[in-house]
Amino acid sequence: MSIAITTQFICFTVLSLVVIIGALGVVLLESIVYSAFLLGGVFMSVAGLYLLLNASFVAAAQVLVYVGAVNVLIIFAIMLVNKKEDLKPINDIKSRRVISTSICLTLLSLLIRVDLTNVWSLSSPQNSIGEESTIRIGEHLFSDYLLPFEVASVLLLMAMIGAIVLARRDVMSKDISTGLPVDQELIEKASEPLLTNKN
Amino acid sequence: MNLESIPLQAFLIVSSALFCIGIWGLLNSRNAVRVLMSIELMLNAVNINLMAFSSYVDNNLIQGQVFTIFVITVAAAEAAVGLAILLSLYRNRVTVDMESFNLLKW
Repeated sequence: MSIAITTQFICFTVLSLVVIIGALGVVLLESIVYSAFLLGGVFMSVAGLYLLLNASFVAAAQVLVYVGAVNVLIIFAIMLVNKKEDLKPINDIKSRRVISTSICLTLLSLLIRVDLTNVWSLSSPQNSIGEESTIRIGEHLFSDYLLPFEVASVLLLMAMIGAIVLARRDVMSKDISTGLPVDQELIEKASEPLLTNKN
Repeated sequence: MNLESIPLQAFLIVSSALFCIGIWGLLNSRNAVRVLMSIELMLNAVNINLMAFSSYVDNNLIQGQVFTIFVITVAAAEAAVGLAILLSLYRNRVTVDMESFNLLKW
């Protein structure tokens, strides 16, 4: 990359701080809407980190898929299920918090220890192919990663059909193949939710 | 600062911190939407790791970037199906509180 090293360091520091503080905000803020918008900021900063690593195609894919699709989907889900409710208090919430926080901090310290003590064998100087990486990704996708590429397309189709089947509310009054009326008892009723009394 | 480039360890530490924050959010969130957001954070941490190794260790055959593309694909599919499941759960139980989804608890 042709940016001066000092500029790279400044960009990396700012982007990392935005990633870490934004992620903390995502998990700690009270309002879920603020969390969703902070999540978009975290995704954008991660795309910036990819640009620092000279991967412009993956950075663009990150912005398009994460910020453009996943984050918008999450905001729609919040809009659909956003109901103010009083959460039931849990009696051992303190000990749960302490245990989970200590587990996470232990895992973090172990990971950082591995990062710092391991001797990484860096084979060659960074970024020798530069902008050619997009061409290289395309070659990979159509030669040695062709089978995963095709499987990914099938996976996306399955996810699309599954999401439609799971999320749709309206039911048909007739069976498509036979034309007989559908037994409405088998289908969930919107007015009387199932399973609510068992907590 | 007489380094030639940002050290690999800096990227690894950022992704470790992001992953641990994601785990903390996954364990401690009461809202199911926030759990999905935490999963996205963890997937992003893994992606940063893959991209850093792809750039520093394997920079001619950038296989890490191809893996990152696949992870992004799977994350998009996971988000769509997860939010559909969440909507269906909300329709049945009229809450998104994780503590009330205990039908499979023994």
